[in-house]
Amino acid sequence: MIGRRTVLAGAAASAFAAPALAAAKPKVVVIGGGFAGVAAARELQRQGVAVTLVEPNPTYIACPFSNEVLVGLRELSAQSFGYDAVRRQGVAIKRASVTGVDPTAKRLTLSDGSKLNYDRAVLTPGIDINFTGLKGYDEAASEFLPHAWKAGPQTNLLRRQLEAMDDGGVVLISAPANPFRCPPGPYERASLIAWWLKTHKPRSKLIILDAKDAFSKQRLFQNGWTALYPGMVEWVGLSSGGKVIEVDAKARTLITDFGKHTGAVVNVIPPQRAGKIAQAAGAADRTEWCPIDPVSFESKLLTNIHIVGDACIAGGMPKSAFSANAQAKACATAVAALLRGQPAPPVKLINTCYSLMSPTYGISVAGVYAPANGLLTDVPNAGGTSPLDAPAAVRASEAAYAQAWFKTITAETFG
Amino acid sequence: MIVILAAVAALTAPPPGATACSGCHGAPGSALPSLRGKSEADILAAMTAFRTGARPATVMDRIAKGFSEDETRAIAAWLGSRK
Repeated sequence: MIGRRTVLAGAAASAFAAPALAAAKPKVVVIGGGFAGVAAARELQRQGVAVTLVEPNPTYIACPFSNEVLVGLRELSAQSFGYDAVRRQGVAIKRASVTGVDPTAKRLTLSDGSKLNYDRAVLTPGIDINFTGLKGYDEAASEFLPHAWKAGPQTNLLRRQLEAMDDGGVVLISAPANPFRCPPGPYERASLIAWWLKTHKPRSKLIILDAKDAFSKQRLFQNGWTALYPGMVEWVGLSSGGKVIEVDAKARTLITDFGKHTGAVVNVIPPQRAGKIAQAAGAADRTEWCPIDPVSFESKLLTNIHIVGDACIAGGMPKSAFSANAQAKACATAVAALLRGQPAPPVKLINTCYSLMSPTYGISVAGVYAPANGLLTDVPNAGGTSPLDAPAAVRASEAAYAQAWFKTITAETFG
Repeated sequence: MIVILAAVAALTAPPPGATACSGCHGAPGSALPSLRGKSEADILAAMTAFRTGARPATVMDRIAKGFSEDETRAIAAWLGSRK
């Protein structure tokens, strides 16, 4: 009896050993350690997939709540997160950037010259500032007129400029055309700067020059500006000549089709595109963003490469940390299924974005999304913004929820 | 054996929408309520009340309306089975 069992076990072992070794355990490489990349890597690990995260920086600086840093409500250090917990969970972390993607060989080239093979890769490069997209606004110009659209030194630079400005100065914000990272972000920024100016430099003014005629949570923001900061915030939309077509950095001047605006502090939120590696890999199309299948998040241009977060074309979903996190977890589920030889399961996604108009005045927009006609599309009769007529107590609750959300999502991602 | 493993994985795989919840709902002690320790029945009742408007909310009413009864049931079952 014992002998027979041993023989059977041996036969089973030899029959399975060869293919098991040849296929090994399927390996996924996640490129980029932001809200999308880390969430994808951790969810893949949770679902039993061997995963390596490739990220060049030892810490991540989060963009949500960086508008609070601009006005002294928090420090940049509160925006910085490391990868220790990610590593402890069992995700291998490679400190490097990806310099090449070979989708045919399923192999990455890293900045240290090494190669990394994958069965499937998840690409989460986020955004790059498009320094060729707005005349006169290159990297050197951003040292005079900060974009502060990637949290870090740029955030502190804009903060120092605001602090150094004389009372009575004009702050200019140039807001880009869609799509861009954090659609309500420019208007939250304007609100929090106005909140700060009201206390510290009350004779000052803020003007938003916008390349659009409509923006996220528009009526909520405009009502809030009237209620909280009367006469302080002016928004100039596209059809009123708001589109900035050229920047004269040394003169702190923004040029539109209709005229010139000079500010004491000028914040240029420039055009953006999918992060560099997406362009280099050939994952971006002519729009310079990455088309994806809305069920599997697999690139429409490259096989076995999935893209989530700000870099992907997610239809109705905004480029937000919440979206990136939700997409990443759904993508991980899809990748795990595909590696088992099963189809990617049905997808349903959520986004919630809070904005602060003051430390005690919060507003939100939420949405539910499902694949339709090849894109992630708003589920009808769901989602929407905070009510226009909500009492102060609701705005205060939403401000508290905004703070709680940031703690939760950063704890889930990095903690 | 491969078939069995696949079936087990499919059973424990999160249903559509379920993994998005933890973007807001995390550890206890937050202004945003934790779902830890909540039963399937609790979650289903709350989501249903948010969807019909019986329970007032700032955001969950807008989100709950995006999920059918079956989808909500599956999410509640998955969340309720987590420790």
